[in-house]
Amino acid sequence: MRAGIIVFPGINRERDMAIALALASGRKPRMLWHTETDLSGLDLVVIPGGFSYGDYLRAGAMAAHSPIMGAVRAHAARGGYVLGACNGFQILTEAGLLPGALLRNVSLRFLAMDCHLRVERAGTAFTGHFQKGEVFRAVLAHGEGNYYADETTLDRLEGEGLVAFRYAAPDGRLTPASNLNGSARAIAGIFSPNLRVLGLMPHAENLVDPLAGGDDAKKLFEGLAAAFAA
Amino acid sequence: MKAIVTVMPKPGVLDPQGKAIARALDHLGFGGVGEVRAGKVIEVELAATDPEAARKEAASMAEQLLANTVIESFSVTISQ
Repeated sequence: MRAGIIVFPGINRERDMAIALALASGRKPRMLWHTETDLSGLDLVVIPGGFSYGDYLRAGAMAAHSPIMGAVRAHAARGGYVLGACNGFQILTEAGLLPGALLRNVSLRFLAMDCHLRVERAGTAFTGHFQKGEVFRAVLAHGEGNYYADETTLDRLEGEGLVAFRYAAPDGRLTPASNLNGSARAIAGIFSPNLRVLGLMPHAENLVDPLAGGDDAKKLFEGLAAAFAA
Repeated sequence: MKAIVTVMPKPGVLDPQGKAIARALDHLGFGGVGEVRAGKVIEVELAATDPEAARKEAASMAEQLLANTVIESFSVTISQ
């Protein structure tokens, strides 16, 4: 798997993402500075978490207009794979590559805690090693993760099977308490219609090593590595 | 000319900030506070000298960057 990770000023999870990708694929990802515009030869472009441009104006608003995002749009348009995690998800919505927006958490608090995700769509490059309905642990670290889209868009996402993950209780039930940031229909991650762009609010990359709290979310990266090894 | 762009959460979009302000006002003893919505105001100095051209330019800025029209609406006021 030839992966690249975009580094914007203010991003802080790029090394975690690099570790997760290298661990799963045996290949170090390329680090891409935000002024670069050449993404040729990459299977997967990752927009990691952090606070790009200090989250000025709105989280992701500035990054969405940076030079490299034109190249990301072209990469996605030619069927390339894109993963946006946390701030990366916010950037993908601001750039119009995924629908909806991420609002302030309903509690108004920054959430830094574990969460549980239920897999809503298996059999994609990102979820190939999961079963539908499977629940795994991931890590929340955001102030604006409350997914919003209008009802028509939400119905379309559900109808077309583009909801990737939902916040759930460890047993898989959807409860008000398990929807930690108040997201519409407990949505934690969504796909583009061709299933090649994934926006995911929690950090899967932070649970890939038993020595660093667990490897509950490693399957996401192993699935990706397997999809591109084939 | 100066454009004053006011960006507000759209009706129907949850505004937890506005809700928190409403609760705080209530705690301060201000009775009768209804819904509170919190937005932002952005002032942009423009080279344009024609108010209509300035308004159009500011509206285009709001569409592309200053507001996220998925969740926010905006209005533009032009002043000298």
